[in-house]
Amino acid sequence: MIHPVIVHGSEWTVKELFVYPNEYIYWGIQIVMYPFMTGLVAGAFVLSSLYHVFARQELKRIAKFSLIFSFALLWAAPLPLLLHLQQPLRCEEVFFTPHFTSAIAAFGMVYSLYFAIVSMEIWFIYRRYFVEQAKALVGRKGWLNQARRVTYGVLTLGAWDIGHDAIEKDEKVTKILASTGIPVACFLHGYAGFIFGSVKANAMWMTPLMPVIFIVSAAVSGIALCILFYSLINLWRSKSAMPKKELDAVRMATKYLLIFLVFAISLELLDMVFRGYTAMKSWNILRSVIYEKDFLSIFLFQYFCGNLVPLIILLRKPLSMGKILTATTLILFGVFMMRWNVVIGGQAFSLSWAGFMHFELPIIPHSLETYKEGLLGALTIIMLPFLFFFALNKLIPTLEKD
Amino acid sequence: MENNEPVDQERRKFIKTVCMGVAAVALSPAAFKILGPSEALAFVQNTKRRWVFLVDTNKCIGCGFCVKACKQENEIAYDAPVSRTWVERYVVKKDGDTLIDSPKAGRDGFIDAAIEGQAVPPSEIAKGFFVPKLCNQCENPPCVQVCPVGATYQIKEGIVMVDRKWCIGCGYCIEACPYSARFFNPELKVAEKCNFCYHRTVKGLKPACVQNCPVGARQIGNIKDPDDPVTKIVLNERVSVLKEEYGTDPQAYYLGLDRSVR
Repeated sequence: MIHPVIVHGSEWTVKELFVYPNEYIYWGIQIVMYPFMTGLVAGAFVLSSLYHVFARQELKRIAKFSLIFSFALLWAAPLPLLLHLQQPLRCEEVFFTPHFTSAIAAFGMVYSLYFAIVSMEIWFIYRRYFVEQAKALVGRKGWLNQARRVTYGVLTLGAWDIGHDAIEKDEKVTKILASTGIPVACFLHGYAGFIFGSVKANAMWMTPLMPVIFIVSAAVSGIALCILFYSLINLWRSKSAMPKKELDAVRMATKYLLIFLVFAISLELLDMVFRGYTAMKSWNILRSVIYEKDFLSIFLFQYFCGNLVPLIILLRKPLSMGKILTATTLILFGVFMMRWNVVIGGQAFSLSWAGFMHFELPIIPHSLETYKEGLLGALTIIMLPFLFFFALNKLIPTLEKD
Repeated sequence: MENNEPVDQERRKFIKTVCMGVAAVALSPAAFKILGPSEALAFVQNTKRRWVFLVDTNKCIGCGFCVKACKQENEIAYDAPVSRTWVERYVVKKDGDTLIDSPKAGRDGFIDAAIEGQAVPPSEIAKGFFVPKLCNQCENPPCVQVCPVGATYQIKEGIVMVDRKWCIGCGYCIEACPYSARFFNPELKVAEKCNFCYHRTVKGLKPACVQNCPVGARQIGNIKDPDDPVTKIVLNERVSVLKEEYGTDPQAYYLGLDRSVR
């Protein structure tokens, strides 16, 4: 039996009017997931750094959680890229043979650097805990206790000194790492914006504002997810109302969320107004995409549901838990839609500017390709950081007990 | 005296070995010519050849032989809708509307008078023509710039090539090409593009599409050779290129290009 040859992209692209023969939506749902996930990483890290660098004491409780959650997200962040590659077994070439004129080539270095910084910061913060645990577990019976003792012993990396001076040094180093981490986190995500913003062939993507928009919306989404997940965990643990201390930490975090949200909305609107006002040659086709083809997903889902409604909710005092949960969920949805509208919206029109392409997300997979590039592939990616976090939290408890 | 002989032989052997050793050490650097930077650059860049393409849209009849020949020559899945080269049909109506299509990349010609699903009465048509397209082998290729692993590169004759054993299949080059000349090879799962049939030109043959064009609408030439017929046309006649505003410096020249061409 001869299998029909399937062209990559043809299974989810529907063409309308004149589209070049080779044009398809090559960057699908996984490329939407990629900036969404790295954005969450960067945002979660920024939230944790607000405490470690700027000493916002009220954020202490949520900051530790955010750092570990950022680490869990970091493991999952490159996976969308891997699932998207047509030759995933050659992925290591990005690390070993980077071609430096390409924005993607920075990935290997920036990701590794950021990974190293976050790992080191976690180590310096939790070194004391590792030592205490390893010492406390000495003499305890049972193979699990022994395994835990050995694990914590290895995690100390042989640094057993937890005297006052040593811990003070740890704190100093933590602060330095957290401060260096902020620009690196911004770079990690800013370059993801640069990947799109520098594609001169694509009129929708090409704007120098793209990296900035990505960084600010990254902070928005990361903080929102930390608040949402942290609140849900605490609500679940306390079985009823949220403890006051936790609620205060969350309320403080929402203030920072609001600041970043206002920035994000302003930048995105500036971009759109500027395009309309200057009305370059490409504006005709962009206008058709923005105001007609993608109207619902841009104006209703992204701006109205994802930006305006949560903004109003967060501005109305007092901030109840219900309001916070609703607003952060909507914000996450809005940022996801923003990534969707950039990635998929940017390919919604032909480079001939004489036709359109519609994306039909594969829901039920019938091949590896339609799994990877479909709804299930995206859900797999979303689930992974929570599993990583669950596993990490067994080793490094991030949630403080009273 | 009887004992001297073996000592002499030992000495002779030693001297012989030393001489050979010195000769070997002296010879090995001499075996390689060490190039200075300018010499190395000249070796890589200075060539007497820079391939360019010339398309005469006035001549094209939209038969699709070029697409057929290209697909067969380069082993691109025949029924897949993607192609290294394709032909577009333009119908400009008297009211100014432009209709464009390229069914199956123009492989089977344009046998259906309906375009974009519309049957346009001949009385409403102001002009109609065909435009063959292919990779422009840009002097400043954005696809090469964005490849994260250097799997696509420009060779000294100006052709942009893809290393099929190195490409990771990220699709960045496909997104970066303003001409949509690239696609994923449906069988090999790597980036695919026209390379002016490099395997043919390197042997002195013409690319498959040029060879098979029945009307001579497609030509390849060496722009560095002033006596090349293509060079003469590019230099002396009014030619244009596609999407010049992207700064890619495309090297596929067109004769009779209409402003409606995308």
